[in-house]
Amino acid sequence: MGAGGLNTKGRHTQLGSGYLSCTSAFSGSPQPQPCHPNDILPLTLTSATQELFGCRCDEDVTGDNPYKILRKEDIVQDMRMRAAVSDFSPMKQLVLDYPEDELLLVYDRDFIYGSSFYLVLTADAKERHLKPVVALGVEVALEREPSEVFAAQKTSEPQPWISLGSEQEIEEESVTDSRPRLKYRISRVRREFGAPIFFSDRNAMETKDGFIECTPYQDKNFSLKQMERHTGVQTIPNLKSSSTQTQWTYPRSMCTQYEPREFSEEKKENCLQSEKLKNFVNSVASRFEIAIQQNEIMDVFFDDWKALSEEDSGYGRKADPHLKEYQSFTDLHFSKEKTISNINWHPTINGVIAVAVTERLSFEDRINGSTKLLLNPSLILFWSFSDPINPQLLLECPDDVFSFEFCPSDPNIIVGGCMNGQVVLWDISTHVEQLQGTRTSGGKNIAANTNALNETPVVRYCAVSGIENGHKAPITDIQWLPGTFEVSRMGVPMENKNGICVQIVTCAPDCCVMFWDIRAPRVLQTMADQRKQKVEEKPLENPHGVPNTFKHLDLTWKPLIRVSLPKIDTSGEYSPLKISLRDNTCDNHTGSNAGEYLPSLFLRKTRLQLVLSTTFCPQDGELVYTDWKLEKDNDSGRLFSAKPSHRFIIHDGQVNTVRRSPFFKDIILTVGGWTFAIWKEGVTNGPIIQSSCSQKKCTVGYWSQSRPAVLFIGKEDGNIDVWDLLEKTHEPSQTQNITATQITCIKPWIVSSKQHLLAVSDHLGTLHILEIPWTLRSPSSNEKLSMSKYFEKEVDRLVYFEKRREMRAKEKKDYEAEELRKKTPPVVQVLPLKKMREACNFHHRYT
Amino acid sequence: MAEVEETLKRIQTHKGVIGTIVVNAEGIPIRTTLDNSTTVQYAGLLHQLTMKARSTVRDLDPQNDLTFLRIRPKKHEIMVAPDKEYLLIVIQNPSE
Repeated sequence: MGAGGLNTKGRHTQLGSGYLSCTSAFSGSPQPQPCHPNDILPLTLTSATQELFGCRCDEDVTGDNPYKILRKEDIVQDMRMRAAVSDFSPMKQLVLDYPEDELLLVYDRDFIYGSSFYLVLTADAKERHLKPVVALGVEVALEREPSEVFAAQKTSEPQPWISLGSEQEIEEESVTDSRPRLKYRISRVRREFGAPIFFSDRNAMETKDGFIECTPYQDKNFSLKQMERHTGVQTIPNLKSSSTQTQWTYPRSMCTQYEPREFSEEKKENCLQSEKLKNFVNSVASRFEIAIQQNEIMDVFFDDWKALSEEDSGYGRKADPHLKEYQSFTDLHFSKEKTISNINWHPTINGVIAVAVTERLSFEDRINGSTKLLLNPSLILFWSFSDPINPQLLLECPDDVFSFEFCPSDPNIIVGGCMNGQVVLWDISTHVEQLQGTRTSGGKNIAANTNALNETPVVRYCAVSGIENGHKAPITDIQWLPGTFEVSRMGVPMENKNGICVQIVTCAPDCCVMFWDIRAPRVLQTMADQRKQKVEEKPLENPHGVPNTFKHLDLTWKPLIRVSLPKIDTSGEYSPLKISLRDNTCDNHTGSNAGEYLPSLFLRKTRLQLVLSTTFCPQDGELVYTDWKLEKDNDSGRLFSAKPSHRFIIHDGQVNTVRRSPFFKDIILTVGGWTFAIWKEGVTNGPIIQSSCSQKKCTVGYWSQSRPAVLFIGKEDGNIDVWDLLEKTHEPSQTQNITATQITCIKPWIVSSKQHLLAVSDHLGTLHILEIPWTLRSPSSNEKLSMSKYFEKEVDRLVYFEKRREMRAKEKKDYEAEELRKKTPPVVQVLPLKKMREACNFHHRYT
Repeated sequence: MAEVEETLKRIQTHKGVIGTIVVNAEGIPIRTTLDNSTTVQYAGLLHQLTMKARSTVRDLDPQNDLTFLRIRPKKHEIMVAPDKEYLLIVIQNPSE
């Protein structure tokens, strides 16, 4: 690159600010020189110039620091001094034109623009150079590609707008005023405002131009077709509305049945043999042992706090342990001069209680006044809590009823035993709604009822046994056999699969126990059928409106079996007063001891165990226990019952109550004379508990329904003794006077968990309903367990006493034998010391 | 096999134990002292419960695992010991 090259390069024109592409500007040099932007000028400086200006190559200016500011004056002076020799001479004009005082000389080390230096010609470029501009070599070069960084940094400058003719359209569309707007001003004389208006008629045809006509004409505008139209268009997505319907399948009943997967026997065996199982069981067994033993030792989840609180609340309420009077019923009509012999709560309807009302006359008085008695029928009254004055229902009886019972499986059927030995059946199903209705009604309904029915309805008995078939003495006890039980003709207790109670047991002091069946006897019916086919059937008359439930029994009812119990020691038979039976059928629902979730079938043992209280004279009574079955006498072929197994005389008077505990099936309470006794079945030595004699005779007793340790004893003087066997056994825990005369019957009843009622009847015919307080009705924790333990302890005591008695008897015998021997001729015998000592001991003991 | 029998018998003869069931990993009973329908019910339900309990324990701490599960209904107590392949269930009536 010599000066020649420089000269050619020196000539260049300025074309705005575009870049030069100058391949063609060179002459001589075959290869194209790199181009340079037109605001810098490459030049070569001789070493003399370099020294002069202090820009020696690689010394003052280096590749890293290529900029050198030169003063314009210096350059001008140099040019003047050296004229044509000066390196700056070709650009003399340019330098002179330079606006500023200092020019920038850049050392072009890499000869980018063809020379070792270049001079920056414009102030802008100078600024650009001085400011760190990266990669100056990006300016257009054919061999070089433009770097992106440079492009990004070069922001586009706003350029003036070049019109391409689009403003004409806009001008056309815009609305501009073509002429100035005209203004009109209209005015009117003020006085004419509001002036009265005078209208007059004028013929339009008179004057010319009197009217202006607007004739219709066809306006071409409306038939013009618009060829051009200005509308805006917008694209939108295509909307299409459509509908579908799913297929509705109608519901259909379907069921799947699945059963669990199980292994076959072999597979089980295989599994059991496997080693893995063995390891597993061995490893796991210890955990189980710990846990099981833990459970055995104590109950981890027992809430002591809660248990504690129960007892506390009991103490708090000790203030009121008395039986509170809830209601009392007397009827002036029907129970005047009468006494109540038996009470029964209605099993299903709450608040209804039935009492049997009997005359309180002795036997002689009865005979004397028998005509009067015939006119006054005996009744069973039904009382309801809602109406304390009028009884709800009256059941008519042929004679005084001493005991009656509701049928457990059908509470509409009531059976009663009369004084003349008849057994009576009532069916009150027609009056049940009335009984249920009055239970809940308050005062308002009573008024309506009394207006409608002034008298209480009377229900006649629907069946009665024949007089010759029944007992010969007043029936003192009558009971339904439980629904799972029945006794066949042969006297074999069997299982009753229906679950309905169909048989009744009655007993009377005529030494008979009878079993009655309320179903139609099948044997008779077959014969009757044959006869009926010949004779027309007359419609049965029903004069008293009695339901036909037991028509088949009426007046012809015979007992199924008649049983008499022979005495154990002597001949003769027992005359029973009260019965308590126990059957031993186990049904499907009670399982083994292991828990109720394991249903399993049990053998049905059907045995009938009877405990009877009997009397052999009006003053004394004894208890008879038998495991009853009929045996056949081989000689005569008749059936007779086996001798009872045990009998006891404990009470000093008639035993008037024999009751089983509702919690323990084998614990029996007997009340008689001045004491009561508790027995356990199977323990034949005697009663396990016997109370001391009280001041007054005990007339009736009953277990509490909710507390296993509580029982109620009614006395001759109208007191009720409440015995709590866990509290004290030598005297009643409390005594309360209810009435002035003897108490004839006690029956407790659980109405709800908050209300327990006790029905007490007295000799005067009044029925008292008492409420059992909380202390007497809620069992303490583990009461049943404590009671059973107590009974066991008592049994042990009895057994121990028995043993001791035997032992003593034996000892006594030995002693006596010893004495006898001593009286024989004195044979000096040296008795061993031991025997002598024993003899002395005996002597001490018996004195 | 006799060992297994013996161990199971030992557990069974504890006071109050009502039944023992050995169940495999899928919930199919292998050996039981109760009747079939009860066994199948216990096996199926307790298997699911044990899986759930085990997954809970492991979710809380992945390095932990369920060793023993005791469920205490009102009437008796159910104890379950899970394993990779088997499940042993014991039902006991705790002394009152």
